[in-house]
Amino acid sequence: MFAVTALGILICMVLAMSRALLGPTVYDRIMAVNAFGTKTVLIIAVLGFMSGRPDFMDIALVYALINFIGTIAVLKFIRYGDMGWPRNVPDEPDDL
Amino acid sequence: MTWLVDGLSGLALLCGAFFVIVGGAGLLRMPDFYTRMHAAGVTDTLGAGLILLGLMLQGGWTLITVKLLLILIFLWLTSPTASHALVRAALSDPQNPPPLLHEDIHSVPSPSSSTHLSEGERIEQAK
Amino acid sequence: MLRILGLWSFYAGLWLVLSGYFDIPLLLVFGALSCVLAVFIAWRVERADPEDHPLHLKVGPQIILYWPWLLWQIVLANLDVAKRILDPQLPVSPTLITLKPTQRSEMGQVIYANSITLTPGTITTSLSDGILEVHALTREAADSLLEGDMDRRVAALERSNA
Repeated sequence: MFAVTALGILICMVLAMSRALLGPTVYDRIMAVNAFGTKTVLIIAVLGFMSGRPDFMDIALVYALINFIGTIAVLKFIRYGDMGWPRNVPDEPDDL
Repeated sequence: MTWLVDGLSGLALLCGAFFVIVGGAGLLRMPDFYTRMHAAGVTDTLGAGLILLGLMLQGGWTLITVKLLLILIFLWLTSPTASHALVRAALSDPQNPPPLLHEDIHSVPSPSSSTHLSEGERIEQAK
Repeated sequence: MLRILGLWSFYAGLWLVLSGYFDIPLLLVFGALSCVLAVFIAWRVERADPEDHPLHLKVGPQIILYWPWLLWQIVLANLDVAKRILDPQLPVSPTLITLKPTQRSEMGQVIYANSITLTPGTITTSLSDGILEVHALTREAADSLLEGDMDRRVAALERSNA
C-alpha cells in the first residue's frame, strides 16, 4: 500500500517538475516547485513508514517549514530584486 | 478491529495518491497560470490530507500521529498563504500576462476583431 | 505576564510533543530553557512588528462547528475540480469577481478569505478596504460564492461584542 502511494506521489512529482521546466512564466515555475516541495513532505512521511523509521516525521515537518519560507523568499526576491527591506519601492510597500 | 483500520488507511492512502496524481495532471493540462493554481490546490488540500490521514491511521495513538497532525495543520495553514502570495505577486507584476478569463476562452477561435478578442489573442501569443 | 506564560506553555507543549522526551531531567531542563529563549525572541519580534496575540482570537466557540462544514466544502470542491481536470474537454470558465464580505472584524474577513483560498477552485487575490477579489476556476464556483453561504457562516462566528 505504501509503495503504491509512494509511486503516485512520484508521478505527481514528475508532472510538477515538467511544469517547472516548461514554465512559461516565472510564477508557474515557483508554483510547480512549491507543489514539488509539498509532495516531498508527503513522500518523506510515506518513506518513513515504509522503512519503519518514524524519525522521518521530524524531517518532513522541518521540510514543510522550509518549503513555505523558501517559496515566500523566492517570491520576494523576484518582486524586489534583493532580500532586503523594500524601502526604495514607493508603490505597495506592504505587498507580499 | 485492526483489519478495519488497515482497510480504512489503505483506502485513504489510495484516494490520496489518486488526488495527488490528478492535481499533477491538472498542473500540466490547465491553460494558464491562474487556473493551474487551482489544480495545485487539489494536491495541497485533499491529496495531502488523505495521505496523511492514512498514515495517521497506521501510526495509531502515538507521537507519530501527533507529528503527522502537526504536518497536516501546518500544510493547511501555509498552502493558502503561499497561494495568495503567488497570485498577488503574479497579478501585480506588469510583465506577467493577465488571467485568461471565461470570455477570452470562448471568443479566441472566432477571428473577428473587437477589442476584447484582440486581448484574448494577445494572451494566446504571450503563452 | 499572562501572555508570556501562555506563550511559554504553548512552546513547552510543542517541545514535548516534538522531542518525545518525558523522563530525562537534564533534557527537560534544556527544553524549558530553550522555550524561555523562544519566548524572548518572540517578545523582541513583537516589539518590532506588533500584532494581535493569536490566543486573543475574536471569534466564538462556534468555530468548532465551522471546521467540519469547511472540510466538507473542501471535499466537494476537490471532487468538482478533479472531475474537470480529468474531463478531456477541460470545461473551465475562469472568472474574476469582487465580493463585499459582511464580517465586521479584520479577523473574520481574514478567516473568510483564507477559507476561500483553501477551497480548491477559488483563490482570493486581494483583500483591501473590505473588498475581496476572487479568482474562480469556474462560473459555478464564483456563483456559489456570490450566494454568500460561506460569508454568512463566517460572519456568524464573530462575537457580538467584538
